[in-house]
Amino acid sequence: MALFLQTTFLTSSSSLRQKPRLSSWASHISSSRARTRVHAKIREIFMPALSSTMTEGKIVSWVKSEGDKLSKGESVVVVESDKADMDVETFYDGYLAAIMVEEGGVAAVGSAIALLAESQEEIEEAKSKAASSSPTPSPAPASAPVSESTTGSDSVEKAVVVVPPSTSAMASAVHPASEGGKRVVASPYAKKLAKELEVELGRVIGSGPNGRIVAKDVEAAAAVATELGSPAAKVSAAPAVQAPPGIELGSVVPFTTMQGAVSRNMLESLSVPTFRVGYTITTDALDALYKKIKSKGVTMTALLAKATALALVKHPAINSSCRDGNSFTYNSSINIAVAVAIDGGLITPVLQDADKVDIYSLSRKWKELVDKARAKQLQPQEYNTGTFTLSNLGMFGVDRFDAILPPGTGAIMAVGASQPTVVATKDGRIGMKSQMQVNVTADHRVIYGADLAAFLQTLAKIIEDPKDLTF
Amino acid sequence: MQYSATLSLSQSAAASTIPKSNYTVNHSLPFSPSKPINLRFCGLRREAFLGFSSLSRSQPPQSKIRSDKINCPISASLSDNGSAPKSFDYDLVIIGAGVGGHGAALHAVEKGLKTAIIEGDVIGGTCVNRGCVPSKALLAVSGRMRDLQNEHHMKALGLQVAAAGYDRQGVADHANNLATKIRNNLTNSMKALGVDILTGVGSILGPHKVQYGKLDSPGNIVTAKDIIIATGSVPFVPKGIEVDGKTVITSDHALKLESVPDWIAIVGSGYIGLEFSDVYTALGSEVTFIEALDQLMPGFDPEIGKLAQRVLINPRKIDYHTGVFATKITPAKNGKPVTIELIDAKTKEPKDTLEVDAALIATGRAPFTDGLGLDSVHVERKRGFVPVDERMRVLDFKGDPVPHLYCIGDANGKMMLAHAASAQGISVVEQLTGRDHVLNHLSIPAACFTHPEISMVGLTEPQAREKAEKEGFEVSVAKTSFKANTKALAENEGEGIAKLIYRPDNGEILGVHIFGLHAADLIHEASNAIALGTRIQDIKLAVHAHPTLSEVIDELFKSAKVKAHASGPIVNEPVAV
Repeated sequence: MALFLQTTFLTSSSSLRQKPRLSSWASHISSSRARTRVHAKIREIFMPALSSTMTEGKIVSWVKSEGDKLSKGESVVVVESDKADMDVETFYDGYLAAIMVEEGGVAAVGSAIALLAESQEEIEEAKSKAASSSPTPSPAPASAPVSESTTGSDSVEKAVVVVPPSTSAMASAVHPASEGGKRVVASPYAKKLAKELEVELGRVIGSGPNGRIVAKDVEAAAAVATELGSPAAKVSAAPAVQAPPGIELGSVVPFTTMQGAVSRNMLESLSVPTFRVGYTITTDALDALYKKIKSKGVTMTALLAKATALALVKHPAINSSCRDGNSFTYNSSINIAVAVAIDGGLITPVLQDADKVDIYSLSRKWKELVDKARAKQLQPQEYNTGTFTLSNLGMFGVDRFDAILPPGTGAIMAVGASQPTVVATKDGRIGMKSQMQVNVTADHRVIYGADLAAFLQTLAKIIEDPKDLTF
Repeated sequence: MQYSATLSLSQSAAASTIPKSNYTVNHSLPFSPSKPINLRFCGLRREAFLGFSSLSRSQPPQSKIRSDKINCPISASLSDNGSAPKSFDYDLVIIGAGVGGHGAALHAVEKGLKTAIIEGDVIGGTCVNRGCVPSKALLAVSGRMRDLQNEHHMKALGLQVAAAGYDRQGVADHANNLATKIRNNLTNSMKALGVDILTGVGSILGPHKVQYGKLDSPGNIVTAKDIIIATGSVPFVPKGIEVDGKTVITSDHALKLESVPDWIAIVGSGYIGLEFSDVYTALGSEVTFIEALDQLMPGFDPEIGKLAQRVLINPRKIDYHTGVFATKITPAKNGKPVTIELIDAKTKEPKDTLEVDAALIATGRAPFTDGLGLDSVHVERKRGFVPVDERMRVLDFKGDPVPHLYCIGDANGKMMLAHAASAQGISVVEQLTGRDHVLNHLSIPAACFTHPEISMVGLTEPQAREKAEKEGFEVSVAKTSFKANTKALAENEGEGIAKLIYRPDNGEILGVHIFGLHAADLIHEASNAIALGTRIQDIKLAVHAHPTLSEVIDELFKSAKVKAHASGPIVNEPVAV
């Protein structure tokens, strides 16, 4: 076994050294053929083979950046192979002209990952060469955190405008050493987080000792940024913090970033005047349909979303929202957000254009979204673009409940379990029907009782005669 | 192979390895065996020793002659002493009962010397009371905390663990109890062997004469044929830094773990600083390193340092300032935090001011040699260190050895490690009892007990290349990764490398550096090989159990490309590097 292992891993530095050198020679030779014309030497830096079984390598980090002067033997890049992280050294003096595979990117062994120019003048030439030869690095799966696009600089700007009320009190507690904001006092982890979440520390208000910025301040700032950028989002940017798998009794556990965002959303919802309207819907037809097309991958969630979307087409007011307190915002598309409980929180993946997409595609889309949500890989537009929200606790046997309206939307529908019920029909008979109760919470500034009642009636008709769902 | 291994043992190991094992036996026994048992131990050991020397007849004859030659003058001098008008209270008096003094005392008793040890504080010295031992207790806790907190790691192993928490006092008690236990073991082992423990601060009155005592009875004087100074060291605190023991602390205070601050600055990123950063971050603190040199972890092989930084610093709640001196550190008071003023190490211009909850000063250690009375024997200390030659003989101001006076351990500053002190002490005792011995410091391993651990022996790559340039030989480097090791992967701890620096022409090991799971335990194969002069082409044929972490080292030796062939049954002479 030991011998076997040895053959698969042989990185004595001599092998480390020779491989890049040999590959660089190849390009050297080709350029020396044209020596009469071209004096400049632009060498390609190749992905080295760090072990005999290595076929591709991931760039862990570039030790040098573009334009840096390199001298022979210096580390340029750290490459992760199937076995180890290794520093790759240059064997020529020169300038790192162009990086062709960014950090986190993967390149096949032997493919060019950067260009090395011999003199500064050749850097530009090398850059254009790098641009023309199109390397196609496949980004490594882990290299794109969910947060990236939500924590852009513009959303940070917004974070500054609106300081959550809870921390605004701290604004007066300026750090004594901060010299009127000239100096930023932040703990090591807060600094690290700020870099990761792209939060500008100068604009975060610290809640730590002496007004020091600590990690939770940065997380809060990032969460506010996310929230403002996306009204319906109940998830924040940082994928790093997770709730522990168990709960220790008698302990006080701070919110995770996601839980913090939920908490703020819930408080915000208190400023919206909501009311509730319930309805009982018979689901025998829907159940029958579900049974029929279940084998094709259709889920009950998709059916409900589809039915709701079709009802919303006829009642655009229910799909509207009140953003500024003065106007209706009639949304152009019907995007059904469905609440999903995930480890330590809640997220609302969105089925976009649920009225237009057919039930089979919708079901596939739903499955994909749930998988992504569990892996915390939802992109912002996949969870923050909902115009109407569904929350279903029927699977637990809950027969009725009411939901809190997520800020930025007009209505949310709480769906209970469908249960066999004894009902008296109009012709005087008693029969058994499956019925479920739904309960809609809506913003009364834009949605009125009669609107909601009409919408529910339409919805009930669609569910009780679901042929339109599969058109 | 078996044969050659035995032979190589007989050469230098008889001097160091066997007494070492004795040390370990006594060290680890919670109750020291009674005197007769120990004597029997000695007897057994002597027999073993004889056995080896009979084997060693197959050696080239000159080594035997050499040792005979040395034996003669010593026995002559012994008889001189006997006939001298004055007889001594002891054959050997050791000032300082740390690990160095303890190692020397045990070996001296084994060699039949009447020995006393003087201790002004507590038996065990820095290592046992304020250093390696309690810090290992804290690191054991931090290692487990790290495992339990690493949800991803636990999930990968299929384990489910509820949120881990800790009780600070419980952790502190564990460290304190361990120190007490080891201290008692040490004390008992010396008492059992018949080492006289004299309590008080010792100082040298003149040749062969030592005074010791406490404030109330300062005037006890003992005489000894030979004296070993083993007074050790104390934490070094640069000027401008005010240590209050609460918010600005040294390792002495930190090991008591009286608080776990939210944010602690650690001044110095060597072993001590690095180990404490591991403890504090595992317990929830955030850490800022302040390092005077341009790079964190100076003193480690650069490549190991770089990887260690990627694993031990970057992903943790740690930031750092390099190339800066902390010129002024003021403890927290009146609601103000600890302030640290930083200046640029090169330009000396003010650079930054930090405000933190606590600061740990880990800028190294200073020798504890004040009041030793070295003037009486015309010895001038250098920055507090007692100057010694390669045989640990104390040198006077002219550079000549002072007869019968030795200095070992941190006090001489050669290599400030507990086990180096002990090895130096044993080396001195070997000389006193008629066997010339020079300790090869390049064979002494060092370890840093972070998670994962770092260990090293011999030269770093830059040192080896410099030496190679000067002496005109070639240097090669071989590396293996823990990612290719079955046991490491089973533990889900594939992070780490081992690095071998060697001469491809003759297979000599110049240095080995390991960063990875249990690195501190893995280094001894390499350090023993260096101590015994074993070459790569020979050791690469040795067999390692599978699957074990030691296969990382096996791989390392096997991946070296040595031009020389295995030497067969005859082992080369040990080479003092």
